[in-house]
Amino acid sequence: MLDVVNLTHTYGQGPTAHHALGGIDLKVSEGELVCVVGPSGCGKSTLLRSIAGLIQPTEGHIRIRDTAVTGIPGDLAVVFQDYSRSLFPWLTVGDNIALPLRRRGMDRQARHRAAAEALQEVGLDGAAAKYPWELSGGMQQRVAIARALAYRPALLLMDEPFGSVDAQTREDLEDLLLKVREHHRMTVLLITHDIDESVYLGDRVVVLTSAPARVAGELPVRLPSPRDQIATRELPAFVHLRAEVGRLVRAKDRRG
Amino acid sequence: MSLTEAPARPGPAAPAPRRLRRARGTLWALAARVWLVPIALVAWEIATRRADTVYFPPPSQIAARMHEVWLSGPVSRLFLTDEALGTFGPSLGRLFGGWLLACVLGITLGIAAGRSRTLADYIDPIIEFCRAIPPSALIPLFIVLFKTGTQMQVATIVYGVIWPILINTIDGARYVDRLHTDTAQVFGVRGAQRLLRVVLPSAAPKIFAGLRLSLSLAVVLMVVSELVGSSDGVGYQLIYTQQTFDMSAMWGAIVVLGILGYLLNSSFLLAERHILSWHRRARQTT
Repeated sequence: MLDVVNLTHTYGQGPTAHHALGGIDLKVSEGELVCVVGPSGCGKSTLLRSIAGLIQPTEGHIRIRDTAVTGIPGDLAVVFQDYSRSLFPWLTVGDNIALPLRRRGMDRQARHRAAAEALQEVGLDGAAAKYPWELSGGMQQRVAIARALAYRPALLLMDEPFGSVDAQTREDLEDLLLKVREHHRMTVLLITHDIDESVYLGDRVVVLTSAPARVAGELPVRLPSPRDQIATRELPAFVHLRAEVGRLVRAKDRRG
Repeated sequence: MSLTEAPARPGPAAPAPRRLRRARGTLWALAARVWLVPIALVAWEIATRRADTVYFPPPSQIAARMHEVWLSGPVSRLFLTDEALGTFGPSLGRLFGGWLLACVLGITLGIAAGRSRTLADYIDPIIEFCRAIPPSALIPLFIVLFKTGTQMQVATIVYGVIWPILINTIDGARYVDRLHTDTAQVFGVRGAQRLLRVVLPSAAPKIFAGLRLSLSLAVVLMVVSELVGSSDGVGYQLIYTQQTFDMSAMWGAIVVLGILGYLLNSSFLLAERHILSWHRRARQTT
């Protein structure tokens, strides 16, 4: 479904150029949840922004459902880390979710029905008339997830979506993601620097090296579903996988 | 960040003593702000009576003259006389006409220049040059172009007040949060939607600052343009009463201008508070 081939990105030119991506190959199949892990500043966000069509890669190409990504793909939603800046403070929660649905050809009523449904799914029934800044951080990120859900994207990109919330909220949001993704059979590419999170959420974990980022290794996650914050994390398989991913992340640290 | 408390609403749940205390508080706040006004008026009255010159009539005399000239009309017209309608009607028409025209031009051009680096590079030097020219210096030109009258006055007002609107709009539209534009782009919000629901609201706080400044400038330019080339309006009234030595009426026009400026600013602030309430409240909570 998502096919990334030899993706390279360099910021600037000459001696001051920063090589963020050094030829990344990545495949995500339909319905899969893939976590990309790498240390801070390794170019994870550049990868995500390239797939989202927000920046042009220097080299290589990206295909979504066999269509080359040139501009902004029409069937893609993004949940950014910084929810407070990604939601529009001048729109109500409901309008924030409904705004992108115009291009789906939905009329006003259908848009607001879809927004209400999406809010219900993320456990925020009846918050449509509130403004984002009236909500807590975790709730705002739920709104961002609801916006992505209502949009019904073929591919959901998440850029460290739970990096700015407290530990308890983070676990709640992780489980929420697993639930809605199961329900919608969504394809998700999630970027994180948290090794535990990547193993807990992913069907597969892709580890990147530090900049210029390359794929250091891939590990399939074969943990029983549905996952549970306590039970899953104490499984020997989980502990083992976490160590594997950790080793891959470290390996690239030593090399870099 | 924790869940923010609900915005303060007096709501039925508020216990009566608290509401009462709040009402009393508001009253006190009002009193604290206006107590000096009657004192200043009395001082003015005493000083002018003592001085006893024709150039400085006491406020009581000014008020009486204002009432006689402008406020002795029929009840059905809110006591306004023909004289009042003939003076303030044209002035307010020019003021709002010029200001609104400047708003439309300034915001449209400002958004365009704010979103297009190329356009901004072209027009930035022109803007800097044009706004350095005092608008009053262009009145002779406008008189030649439009003859004396409303067109010339509106042109003066538009030219004089468009700069703060234009510059603030460019600034506001240029610095839309990167994540806001990224979000809009990813979710396919483009064209008119992007302009109206993303760029304009994001620039709104800056635009409003420019609009408020330009509104007070518009009053100044309305008077100036009427002083020079007009046969009606408050500015004309000022010159006419001065020439006919009707000092009380001249002072009346000055007082009216003060009141007008005050009212315009207060109503504008009220409208701004309403329209930008998201901005004010979002900043209080984050």
